[in-house]
Amino acid sequence: MELLGLYHYWVFAVLLMIGFYAVIAKSNLIKKLIGLSIFQSAVFLLYITMGKVDGGTAPIIQAGVENPVFSNPLPQVLILTAIVVGISTTALGLGIVVRIKEEYGSIEESDIQEIDRR
Amino acid sequence: MIDWSVHLPALQVIVPMLSAPFALLLRPRGLAWAAAVAASLFAFAIAVMLTLGVLDGRNFEYQMGNWPAPYGIELGVDAFSALVLLVITGASSLALLAGRRSLDADIEEDRQPLFYAAWLLALAGLVGIPVAADAFNIFVFMEISSLASYVLIAGGPDRRALPAVFKYLIMGTIGATFYLIGIGLIYLMTGTLNLADMELRIHEVADQKPILVAAGFITIGLALKAAVFPLHVWLPNAYTYAPNAVTVFLAACATKVSLYLLLRFDFLVFQPNLIGHDVQFSYFLMPLAVLAILIASLVALFEKNLKRLFAYSSVAQIGYILLGASLVSVAGLTASVVHIFNHALAKGALFLAIACLATRYSSLRLENLAGAARRMPWTMGAFVLAGFSLVGVPGTAGFISKWYLMTAALDHGSVGVVLVMAIVISSLIALAYVWRVIEAAYFGEPKGAASGGEAPVGILAVTWIAALANLYYGLAPSLPVTLASTAAESLLRHVP
Repeated sequence: MELLGLYHYWVFAVLLMIGFYAVIAKSNLIKKLIGLSIFQSAVFLLYITMGKVDGGTAPIIQAGVENPVFSNPLPQVLILTAIVVGISTTALGLGIVVRIKEEYGSIEESDIQEIDRR
Repeated sequence: MIDWSVHLPALQVIVPMLSAPFALLLRPRGLAWAAAVAASLFAFAIAVMLTLGVLDGRNFEYQMGNWPAPYGIELGVDAFSALVLLVITGASSLALLAGRRSLDADIEEDRQPLFYAAWLLALAGLVGIPVAADAFNIFVFMEISSLASYVLIAGGPDRRALPAVFKYLIMGTIGATFYLIGIGLIYLMTGTLNLADMELRIHEVADQKPILVAAGFITIGLALKAAVFPLHVWLPNAYTYAPNAVTVFLAACATKVSLYLLLRFDFLVFQPNLIGHDVQFSYFLMPLAVLAILIASLVALFEKNLKRLFAYSSVAQIGYILLGASLVSVAGLTASVVHIFNHALAKGALFLAIACLATRYSSLRLENLAGAARRMPWTMGAFVLAGFSLVGVPGTAGFISKWYLMTAALDHGSVGVVLVMAIVISSLIALAYVWRVIEAAYFGEPKGAASGGEAPVGILAVTWIAALANLYYGLAPSLPVTLASTAAESLLRHVP
């Protein structure tokens, strides 16, 4: 079952595409942002997955533990930063949506284009 | 005596970054602006020192916290990054110096400290990308600069900036996330994030699929950020509706930084390790570059809004830069790096002149600007000079890069002839759209009662500095050309 053994990567790819689809296909700006969030979370999963070692623990040296197996902590550290970036992006995006709602009275992309064309 | 110059790469990022929260605290009128100008000029001075060092043959390498390279975080500056740093810090300084009044008009007083803090963060992020030598740091800097520039673009009074910036945010984030997937896949295969180390270690796994996929993700992601045709749709509206000073800053350097990164990744990391990479690179990018040059120029020709017109022209100019790179030769890359510098000069000066016009005209549509040269002769003089540089009239900076580009293209036989034809046609179109503005401004009959004459002296002086720089680097191009040829040789050290 080589194909299913790599199921993390399948989850990554499927989530990525679900998010991407929402970003492209939805016209509601909030739904677009939700899609973007899912899209980014999929990448977090890719990073977390690659650092995990079967049976690995946290990389801390303990007395009495011989030849311990460690998971790689670096991807987790990296993704902590990427999560912060993702949150800031979502927050800023939502802020812009609030301003758009104030100015245009709508958060549907088609309505906004219609208003701008007038 | 300690040699302070070793710390310059770190200071380049730290100065604007730490000035940002400081600017936030300066509530009294004008102080935040002064702090931003000071920080930006300081960063420019550091970039000049770095460039002088690089011209002396020094290569700056800096290990953060003295942790040795593959494990610690490394910063580095070579000829290519020095040139990009000059462009970024120079554009930011000029835009800030010129932009005081127009930003005063665009941004409410109590929001100004926030705005200038965002400006400094954008500057810190942009200079961080050329300085960093670590793929993940680059991602973080890229997001810092992007998030801050979304704020800058949306900061103006024009509500149409909001949907534009939302689109930019979505597309920019997708681009950055693609880049993140790419470096994730490389890390998965090599276990390193340091670019120099990556270059060596990919070699052992170069025949495996994830590296190929990573190359695809990184190239597309960065192309999206750099507004490579047809991924440019976010650019025109974002530049058009941003406050004028912000347009000057971003049009001069934001996309260039992504292009810098694209070239760096493709030539240093992938080129030596993927078989046939150079062929694929040019087959993929050359048609896009030619299409960008022709189509975006044509769109600009029929555009009525002045800022939008030159935003589309930016898309075409990015095409020139890519075209040079897609030739995969030292001459071609030299042309493309020189054009990064020269286009920033020309477009910076043009948008500065547009900012001058905007101090007197409420609408920047072409029909409104009829007779502008009679009211604002100095502004239009600078505009004409910068416009000629954009077209590539001999004696201006734009000519130098087009000359290099055509010479490089002609080395490529019959394909080269076609490329030269595309360049010539697009230059003629550029002449036509610059001429439309000149015709309206010089030969049109002014409409309505004139209110005020020439633009304020402060902004005009900066505009002329930028316009004269176009002339200077057209007549004495040794600085950008030396840096660019050094950069091209180092980028192509792996090409047989």
